[in-house]
Amino acid sequence: MSDWQPGASIHNLRRRAQVMSLVRNFFANQSVMEVDVPVLSRSGVTDLNIDGICATLAGAPAYLQTSPEYFMKRLLASGSGDIYCLGKAFRDSEIGHKHNPEFTLLEWYRCGWDEHQLMSELGDLVSQLMNKPGASDLRVTKVSYADCFQDKFGLNPHQASLSDLQDLAAKAGSSSWAGETRANCLDLIFSLKVEPQLPEGLVFIYDYPECQAALAAITTAEQGYKVSRRFEGFLDGLEIANGYFELCDPVEQRRRFDQDNIARQAAGKPIWDIDAKLLDAMRSGLPACAGVALGLDRLLMSDLEVKSIDQVMPFSWLRC
Amino acid sequence: MANYSTNEFRSGLKVMLDNDPCSILENEFVKPGKGQAFNRVKLRNLKTGRVLDKTFKSGESLEGADVMDMDMQYLYSDGDFWCFMEPDTFEQHQATESAVSDALIWLSEQDICVVTLYNGIPLSVTPPNHVELEIVETDPGLRGDTAQGGSKPARLATGAVVKVPLFLDQGDVVKVDTRTGEYQGRVK
Repeated sequence: MSDWQPGASIHNLRRRAQVMSLVRNFFANQSVMEVDVPVLSRSGVTDLNIDGICATLAGAPAYLQTSPEYFMKRLLASGSGDIYCLGKAFRDSEIGHKHNPEFTLLEWYRCGWDEHQLMSELGDLVSQLMNKPGASDLRVTKVSYADCFQDKFGLNPHQASLSDLQDLAAKAGSSSWAGETRANCLDLIFSLKVEPQLPEGLVFIYDYPECQAALAAITTAEQGYKVSRRFEGFLDGLEIANGYFELCDPVEQRRRFDQDNIARQAAGKPIWDIDAKLLDAMRSGLPACAGVALGLDRLLMSDLEVKSIDQVMPFSWLRC
Repeated sequence: MANYSTNEFRSGLKVMLDNDPCSILENEFVKPGKGQAFNRVKLRNLKTGRVLDKTFKSGESLEGADVMDMDMQYLYSDGDFWCFMEPDTFEQHQATESAVSDALIWLSEQDICVVTLYNGIPLSVTPPNHVELEIVETDPGLRGDTAQGGSKPARLATGAVVKVPLFLDQGDVVKVDTRTGEYQGRVK
């Protein structure tokens, strides 16, 4: 196929259009309002492992959004009620069979819900989207992050010592992992040893480690250690969604942003200005809510049973 | 040698890993949504031939390996070393038994082989894809039996043993694919 032609077949593009339309119908039926928030912002994100793409607007930096989260939270704090956004997100240098630097993200927030209610709704949505005549119902499984590790390695990821995790990571990866952080070791072990063996269908992993809380609230588990109220969804082993019972405390949020920037600096990455407008919104009051982001391209890869993200997009970056 | 970062990894790139030269076979970008990006890399250790799976943090780098493939003519062996010559410069290289071991059963003098040099020294030798060799030992041929598709072992002049059709005899010359060790046809 030539470079000027799309990576996806016209059949796949038709399916893509159909899924986007089904998503909008699903939320219209639930009375969740669509919001088309900007993709350009004066602020970037501080996430250690997510690098934004910076454009220039009238000589000043303008950041392409890595997700619609901050704008959506400002709407939630303004009394929007339940909202969803189906739009583009941008992440620098993420190129591979499962990654494209520009991709389509479906993100939504439910006020007054917790993460488990949101997982149920996500399960319903994916079941409806992938419901094909003659196919069996989508199998939905839920398992805690701790149980994944306990079953496979006989250790508790929240309580295991850093050196135990580093040993496990070095075994799974290469010797250079022996000095890595807790979060990096956990990511490596999970990606290489747990993810490839997840059962078929939709699998929710919940109660992520405290060190991987991102923007999720933190709670104390029955066993006494802290976990973050974050979950991820995997469809036939492919990561498709990441959700939180959202952190609403602006002081803790500020502390995490600062921590992010310290970690970025240590990693030799540029540090970003903190999004002051998001913090102002949180100070004025973010309603208790749960939110999740779902990669639409990944969902289509699973639905259409293709190996490369290039096959579900009109033009992946290789063809742009 | 230059250093190569994970975003420069591609199949065929020769790098140093744990002090051994390796060739990259596959490179896959992996990144959990919120997590550290890394590269899963499949490499072949060029000394041992073993294939390894390693995972590097994206941005890590490996030193390039001074490894070069070169066509050379096999001249002779004195029992300790096997001598190869660059056809253009007539420069000669001595390969050890461990470097030639996989190629030995196919090697005839004058053959053009691929010699892999590591820091200028032969690391391994790949024989020509197809060689023509005389049968020196096999059960007597069943003349005219060309249709039945049976086979028997035959020892070739270089020592290799391959399966050949029943009608072939000692003294016949056969063409063999050295990559699979399979008989390809009778010569002449």
